[in-house]
Amino acid sequence: MAFSFDLLTEALLFGVLLGCFYAAVSIGLSVSFGLLDVPNVAHPAIMVLGSYGTYVVASHGLDPIVAGVVLMPVFFVLGILIYRFYYESFEKRGTEAGVRGLAFFFGIAFIIEVGLILVFGVDQRTVQAPYIGSSLALGEYRIPYRMLVAFGVALVLTFALTLYLSKTFTGRAIKAVAQDEPALRLMGVNPVRIKQWAFGIATGVSALAGAMLIIVGPVEPALDRLYIGRTFCVVVLAGLGSMTGTLGAGLILGISESIVLMFFGASWAPAVAFGLLLIVLGIRPQGLFGR
Amino acid sequence: MNFTRRKVLGAAGAAALASAVPGKRVFAQQGAVKIGMSMPQTGPLGAGGQAALLALRIWVDDVNQKGGLLGRKVDFTVYDDQTNPANTPGIYTKLIEIDKVDLLIAPYGTVPTAPIMPLVKERGLLLMGNFSFQVNARAQHDMWFNNSPWNDASSWSDGFFEAGKKAGAKTVAILAADNDFAQSLANGARTLAQKADIKSVYDQNYPPATTDFSSLIRGIRAAKPEIVFVMSYPNDSVAIVRAVNEIGVGSQVQLFGGGMVGLQFTPIMSSLGSLLNGITNYNSYVPGMKYPGIEDFLQRYSKRAAEAKVDPLGFYLPPFNYAIGQILEQAVNATKTLDQKKLAAWLHANEVKTIVGAIRWDKNGEWAQPRVVQAQFRGIVDKDVEQFRQPGKQVVIYPNDYKTGELITPFEKARGGK
Amino acid sequence: MKFWLPAVVIVLAAAGVAVSRINEYFFFAAFVVLTYVVLATAWNILGGYAGYVNFGTSAFFGVGAYTAVVLFKWLGAPLAVQIAAGAAMGALLGFGVGMLTLRLRGIFFAIATVAVIFIMETLMINWRYVGGATGLQLLRPEAMAPFGSYTRMLFLVMTVMAVAAVALARYVQTSWIGRGLRAIRDSEEAAEASGVPTLRLKLVACVLSGALMGAAGAPMPMYLSFIEPASTFSLNYAIGALAAPMIGGTTHWLGPVVGALLLVTIQQIVTVTISSEINVLVVGVLLVLFVVLAPDGILGFFKRWLRASSR
Repeated sequence: MAFSFDLLTEALLFGVLLGCFYAAVSIGLSVSFGLLDVPNVAHPAIMVLGSYGTYVVASHGLDPIVAGVVLMPVFFVLGILIYRFYYESFEKRGTEAGVRGLAFFFGIAFIIEVGLILVFGVDQRTVQAPYIGSSLALGEYRIPYRMLVAFGVALVLTFALTLYLSKTFTGRAIKAVAQDEPALRLMGVNPVRIKQWAFGIATGVSALAGAMLIIVGPVEPALDRLYIGRTFCVVVLAGLGSMTGTLGAGLILGISESIVLMFFGASWAPAVAFGLLLIVLGIRPQGLFGR
Repeated sequence: MNFTRRKVLGAAGAAALASAVPGKRVFAQQGAVKIGMSMPQTGPLGAGGQAALLALRIWVDDVNQKGGLLGRKVDFTVYDDQTNPANTPGIYTKLIEIDKVDLLIAPYGTVPTAPIMPLVKERGLLLMGNFSFQVNARAQHDMWFNNSPWNDASSWSDGFFEAGKKAGAKTVAILAADNDFAQSLANGARTLAQKADIKSVYDQNYPPATTDFSSLIRGIRAAKPEIVFVMSYPNDSVAIVRAVNEIGVGSQVQLFGGGMVGLQFTPIMSSLGSLLNGITNYNSYVPGMKYPGIEDFLQRYSKRAAEAKVDPLGFYLPPFNYAIGQILEQAVNATKTLDQKKLAAWLHANEVKTIVGAIRWDKNGEWAQPRVVQAQFRGIVDKDVEQFRQPGKQVVIYPNDYKTGELITPFEKARGGK
Repeated sequence: MKFWLPAVVIVLAAAGVAVSRINEYFFFAAFVVLTYVVLATAWNILGGYAGYVNFGTSAFFGVGAYTAVVLFKWLGAPLAVQIAAGAAMGALLGFGVGMLTLRLRGIFFAIATVAVIFIMETLMINWRYVGGATGLQLLRPEAMAPFGSYTRMLFLVMTVMAVAAVALARYVQTSWIGRGLRAIRDSEEAAEASGVPTLRLKLVACVLSGALMGAAGAPMPMYLSFIEPASTFSLNYAIGALAAPMIGGTTHWLGPVVGALLLVTIQQIVTVTISSEINVLVVGVLLVLFVVLAPDGILGFFKRWLRASSR
């Protein structure tokens, strides 16, 4: 693959947009796994569920992003239910059960995936919107609008969530429950209810992430397998518990993937996230910005 | 006396009536002739597979109306392999061992068919090919007969390169999916490009699961090729067409397309609409090509397709799938047996007349006379399925036997100049 | 003696079945069941005994399969050699993965093993010799004398492999290795503090586990006469190898066997009668049910009898 500065610049630009998108889809996991220590490997599957939900709602004529926002409260409730179930079955029983909790979430991920296949089939689904299919021309560069839209939503989402966690009482309680649960209890706050609320938020955010996923490209039920690598790579690279770190980690992943894609070919790109993940786990498991 | 005679006459009359009324065939007492296959009804090839399946069902109905095969009713068993090659070995083992079918038809497409070639060769079973490309090259099974109008890579890409050269092109970019079909075609195309004195300036494979082609299209644009030869499967074909329209492929491109599967499926053609303009792609049949009996078939097909809610036009696969039925019918009727070896021997030795013309096979089971065309999309508008019935929407530029027009170049101009 | 007599009987019975006139499809399905018995048993050595939940079974399985393909394509190697090589490569990968990831706890270890699957798959996709993403058709040799077909022979081979795997797991369980692993599962820090060589033991478990998984993968290309990366490295193997012991019971070597026999037989029946999607749903649902309701698995219901026999 011939090297040229034009191509490199375009790859970098695309990588930045892609990276913010990856950050946005990982932010739910940052909360549920990074802050709450819930081994939620079903997070990408829930996100794909959100994509299909967006597809269904948008087929009634709504813009996909609006569809995603509409689904957020539904997924919020879903998140609360899942967490409640997980807590009652596993977390209460200590670390031995933690291993089974992991198996539980894998099982959930598979059930969601197969459920989607049974309902929608294995075919790819896409959504239509005026900003999907055309691009912004900046001199020699072409930036697809769908990436810009995902980029915009990602920034808004990250910003909103970071503000929420640092400025509101519940938000700070969520961060507190990650750092010092007994202290929180002493303050009269029920940590289980806080964690439940937080997991609900993480899942609600996944609905919007799913909407972005189907805007950026076609989805199919097995897509969650690839995103396990990407989302966990971002969360681990960021370091558990760091929201802004998620953005930085996402950018690193996005740019790496884009460069590999451009100069080494599409057949190596899927391994970038997983490779980066292994490297981080091997060298610096606590991540770059974590607690 | 009277009572018995009346009863006998009544029975005779009923039997006569039954045989006179169509669809009320009385079959021989022996068991049915079982024909089995898996067809990709979902997954990337699904849209084409559903149309192909309908054509086969039409043939099964037709042949049962005429009394079946060897006087026995034809039973048709079909499974959905979801275009997944991992599913076909299991399905065909089941067809052979549990369903105990007499005759096997391959799934539509190179990718689902490749895995079962060693299996049918090992068991010595006849297999009717279904639009796969060079899938028998490795196994060299002598009981394989394909229904598709191409032979090797040369039959496919000669026309494409010739058209490019006529427009003065000297460079080519090759973009191929990493699957059986595209890789076979790409390997052939590379050699042919060299022979035709066309220089390769870009050559990339992509994994089948790729959904975002913007980086690849950017890379192609940067290499400044004059011909872009794409070998892709339906999902990728759609994504590539959209990416080309989203970010453009460069003003020096004269010719784009060649081996994109899926741009012949009606649902995809109507959903892409005007995005197709300018692309030159292969096809098996476009309106205007004269084959004996094909127009009649297409009319009957259209009626049933409307009910079944599948591809209403049925140009690409259905006539050739109906032809599979005709081929089997003639072979079985000529040899009066279901013996796999005898059928294969007869098919190697004889020409078969079908609604897609007369077919004769070479020793590899591919057509001795290829008839695949390269056609350029012109004047396509959005959201109109019926427009594709008119000749002139796909202008055949190769081969000369079927040519209806000249290639419009450069590609950007043919696209409508964006 | 209590173990070896039934083991020999099983192998002889399998040999008898293999030359009988039973429908070919039985062997086609039974091969898959036996493959999972080996995979589940292998998984349990690290996952059940030591408590390290490995989600990367597919990577080791796939490595075994591709090793077999390479040897077959390059040297025309016979099946026994393919299996031995598959086991060796699986062991090697187990060692490597172990060195890299065994310092990580719980979910990090699990996610790291998933990463290994995708990396191995990507490596195979980029290796044209084994077919890349397209895959390779494989023309397998003629079946040997008493067997009517190659699949029947594979069935017997797999039975022997399953018995060998279980024998190995039983040895590990009852030996000092097993005791050390159990100590690690109960409390790794305490085990370290009392002088148990935790890293060495975990590596041994990883290597044995990987070797068995690689061995199980080696016959698969011959079974299908075809190989391609997506289905070979499919996560379905990872979840099946994990679900079977969770269903059967993780503390005893009998657990994975029971779990695999039950789970995969149900799956095969469902595939033939209903559809192949539902069969993946079966795994997911059963896994969730057992993990939530019956954490000790089926064998948990027979706990007392087992505690006596595992001493």
